[in-house]
Amino acid sequence: MKTLIKEFTKGIIRENPTFVLVLGLCPTLAVSVTVANGIGMGIAATFVLLGSSVIVSLIKDFIPGRIRIPCYIVIIATFVTIAEMSMKAYSPVLDRALGIYVPLIVVNCIVLGRAEAFACKNSMASSFFDGLGMGLGFTLALILISGIREFLGSGQLLGHTLIRGFEPIFVFGMPSGALLVIGLLLGFFNFLKNRKT
Amino acid sequence: MNIQEFLTIFISAVFIYNVILSRFLGLCSFIAISKETKPALAMSFAVMFVIVMSSIITWFVYRFMLLPFNLTYLRTISFILVIATFVQLVEMVIRKFSPQMYRAFGIYLPLITVNCAVLGVAVLNIDMFFVNGKTVAGSFYYSLFQGICVGLGYTLAMLLMSGIRERLELCNVPKALKDFPLAFIIGGILSLSFMGFSGFKF
Repeated sequence: MKTLIKEFTKGIIRENPTFVLVLGLCPTLAVSVTVANGIGMGIAATFVLLGSSVIVSLIKDFIPGRIRIPCYIVIIATFVTIAEMSMKAYSPVLDRALGIYVPLIVVNCIVLGRAEAFACKNSMASSFFDGLGMGLGFTLALILISGIREFLGSGQLLGHTLIRGFEPIFVFGMPSGALLVIGLLLGFFNFLKNRKT
Repeated sequence: MNIQEFLTIFISAVFIYNVILSRFLGLCSFIAISKETKPALAMSFAVMFVIVMSSIITWFVYRFMLLPFNLTYLRTISFILVIATFVQLVEMVIRKFSPQMYRAFGIYLPLITVNCAVLGVAVLNIDMFFVNGKTVAGSFYYSLFQGICVGLGYTLAMLLMSGIRERLELCNVPKALKDFPLAFIIGGILSLSFMGFSGFKF
């Protein structure tokens, strides 16, 4: 039980997929314009991560080593298609906002990375908690980035105006703002780490 | 199908919606392999080749296999499989016929499979040039041309970035910003300058 909790919590801060492992940046940067989009993307990616981790850990003994990557990709693509279709059915607004970045979860390095580095060597239960923790870490990172961008870019959070008369800094809503925010955040975390040691 | 359309695709794919700086596709390789100009250029050519070929193949797969049999929901799975297989095939062919080229390209090829730009362009082509399950006139040529232009845009961004980072090696930068963070900030400034092509709207 203790190890399961450890598998779960490591993805949130110590091995955060976005800020520590620096994986899966394309969707992180592209959809983080508003917090709502960030949360939607985070949930979709977590679902795919959970599903593919569990399936890969269950059938790891049947997959020949040489063709394992195509096998993983097919499993991942299946879950992405499920996520894509349910998003189209239940939340068309979100689907339109995320656009081509939903099918692109297939090539998100986090998902394939977890299948290759963790799920193919561990039991189902620990893969489940690993996937859940990594997904949560990814979602939290997305919320942090999109929160900063939405607040500075439009003066709102989740569509609610926070400060009256706040002059929005337009550039943070644009693509270049995403790169600047993540660059400065990474630098800030490096700074904290350097100071600790 | 006319010249104007092609020109629009060219300008928007290379400059306005640059695949890296504005659509954020293929960002991992952009950050990881842009430390020097030479490998960056080799990677760009490999990516461009794969993008062009995969936009041709995925167009045929979509038009003649998925559309007639109402299987469009299998788009993601079939495209990624086709791309992965194609990259594997290219790797095998290059290894057999030109060991020299294999040494230059080889290590980057497996990386291209999981490069978002390749799948991204395939999906984008389908979204743009198939309307309500019907092909737009000349959609094949548009898809092919968009593939080439996106490849050019990728090369342009890679060249700019690697040129800047090569110079940056000699500079004294804050310790916390070394490598990744600084690369992102430079990318942000580059992207800001590319925004000029689309014009500002206030």
